[in-house]
Amino acid sequence: MALTSQDIDRIANLARLALHPKEGERMLTQINGFFGIVQAMQAVDTAGIEPMAHPVAAIQDITLRLRPDVASEPNQRELNQRNAPVVERGLFLVPKVIE
Amino acid sequence: MSDLHTLSVIALAESLRRKQVSAVEVATRFLARTGGNPHNAFLDIDSEVTLAQARASDAKLAAGTAGPLEGVPVAHKDVFVTRDFATTAGSKILQGYRSPFDATVVQRLAQAGMVTLGKLNCDEFAMGSANENSAYGAVTNPWDTTRVPGGSSGGSAAAVAAHLVPAATGTDTGGSIRQPASFCGITGIKPTYGRASRYGMIAYASSLDQAGPMARSAEDCALLLSAMCGPDLDRDSTSLDMPGEDFSAALNHSIEGLRIGLPKEFFGEGLHADVRTALDAALREYEKLGAKLVPISLPRTELSIPVYYIIAPAEASSNLSRFDGVKFGHRAKDYVDLVDMYKKTRAEGFGSEVKRRIMTGAYVLSHGYYDAYYLQAQKIRRMIADDFQNAFKACDVIAGPVAPSVAWKLGQNANDPVADYLADIFTLPASLAGLPGMSLPAGFGTHGMPVGLQLIGNYFKEAQLLNVAHRLQHATDFHLQKPAGAQI
Repeated sequence: MALTSQDIDRIANLARLALHPKEGERMLTQINGFFGIVQAMQAVDTAGIEPMAHPVAAIQDITLRLRPDVASEPNQRELNQRNAPVVERGLFLVPKVIE
Repeated sequence: MSDLHTLSVIALAESLRRKQVSAVEVATRFLARTGGNPHNAFLDIDSEVTLAQARASDAKLAAGTAGPLEGVPVAHKDVFVTRDFATTAGSKILQGYRSPFDATVVQRLAQAGMVTLGKLNCDEFAMGSANENSAYGAVTNPWDTTRVPGGSSGGSAAAVAAHLVPAATGTDTGGSIRQPASFCGITGIKPTYGRASRYGMIAYASSLDQAGPMARSAEDCALLLSAMCGPDLDRDSTSLDMPGEDFSAALNHSIEGLRIGLPKEFFGEGLHADVRTALDAALREYEKLGAKLVPISLPRTELSIPVYYIIAPAEASSNLSRFDGVKFGHRAKDYVDLVDMYKKTRAEGFGSEVKRRIMTGAYVLSHGYYDAYYLQAQKIRRMIADDFQNAFKACDVIAGPVAPSVAWKLGQNANDPVADYLADIFTLPASLAGLPGMSLPAGFGTHGMPVGLQLIGNYFKEAQLLNVAHRLQHATDFHLQKPAGAQI
């Protein structure tokens, strides 16, 4: 099944990527080229097979750990905001979202 | 000592302990070698930071509180965050980024006494097999500067091969330690998934990413790996609750009677004749050392390509959603609203391979396609892992090529990303299964380019892999060969 340029536009929107039309065209060709090799996967009978998320689950039960919900790091607001593009009075600034 | 930069990690550590040389002298020598940034291997160097660390090492050596690797230089792949050096992951979107903390792996190696020489170039967010996807330019192969060093840990491999640093860290998601190690004629190991903490390792595909060392011998890798691995339970939910291990302990064990499995799918028509010839010779050396070669099968080897290139981009599309121009990194200059800002920021900040993988990932996770692609890939992933468990009934370790060919020419696959994907065929299966794997030099192919032998072990068998690699390096000198043009 080949993707169309409408699919590319839809996915680019989902992925929050502004693509130039030329870039979108190239992407369409390349992604369709890749899906050519994905076809082989569709033919595999996987009935009754559990999907594997953690590879070591192949030999032992693995549960992802949770830790107690307590602060483990000191507050370093200034250090953490040092890399932000725009900060004002300790807040991250974004364009207005509510009129 | 005029040959300081040619010494192994072991020899350097020993010379430092015996006070035959100081950590500052060692750091100064390696800093001088990185001048002019040969092979474009480094992305950040700060001699003041490095020399301050070296002085601290000298103080510890004098006080008798030195760590096992005290004063030995290391450089980190730029996907490990570091407080004292910029971290970009090879991406424009993180240009100039300064992390407020060090990755666990960086911290552990510093605790062992290692002095950080700088940060190493890599494919953007570790996505690539040739190091041509870095926003800061390609890395060249020290054996032939018209060829790629492999990827994504290409800067790490080139720096170690060119003796710019005795050892480096790398990360391996689908072969990114093993393949550049092979292309540059060095030794590298990816441990079992969950052995090394992923905390502070900028995430590409979380269920696959693993850190590992790259150096010029298995014994050097064993020292670094021992320092790198261990539980990090509060910071990485996938870190395994297994105690650290001395991976050097079994290096000299005999391999008499060892069963080496050769998957028939790894030695098919896709394998170039020159690589095959070099591997056959290395395998004959193993027979001389008393190992037995046994035929095995990994029937789903080819399927590992689509399975990996579905799962990894799916995870990447989620992981890379954090780059939105708000809390860190690049932000576009002109935009009309928040969504427009996200879209333009990401369009400007990401390179084309990263965009391609984000798009593929978003597609296979989107409504109506999830079951057909992502879930199906995760099911086949389990079948691939089970195939390995079947194979290990007949053998102790698995051996084969790392890549179908030697390092290719820069720019050769520029317009054909799928060509790079197909070349990952021999490293992807162990990655999907989360098994430890390594590459060690096994001679040379066409144009005098290095050929790597891949060894794959069962879960937690890193010590055995390093033992098997060390026995070959004890008997042969493939790993001691130096690239002629690299001024060593």
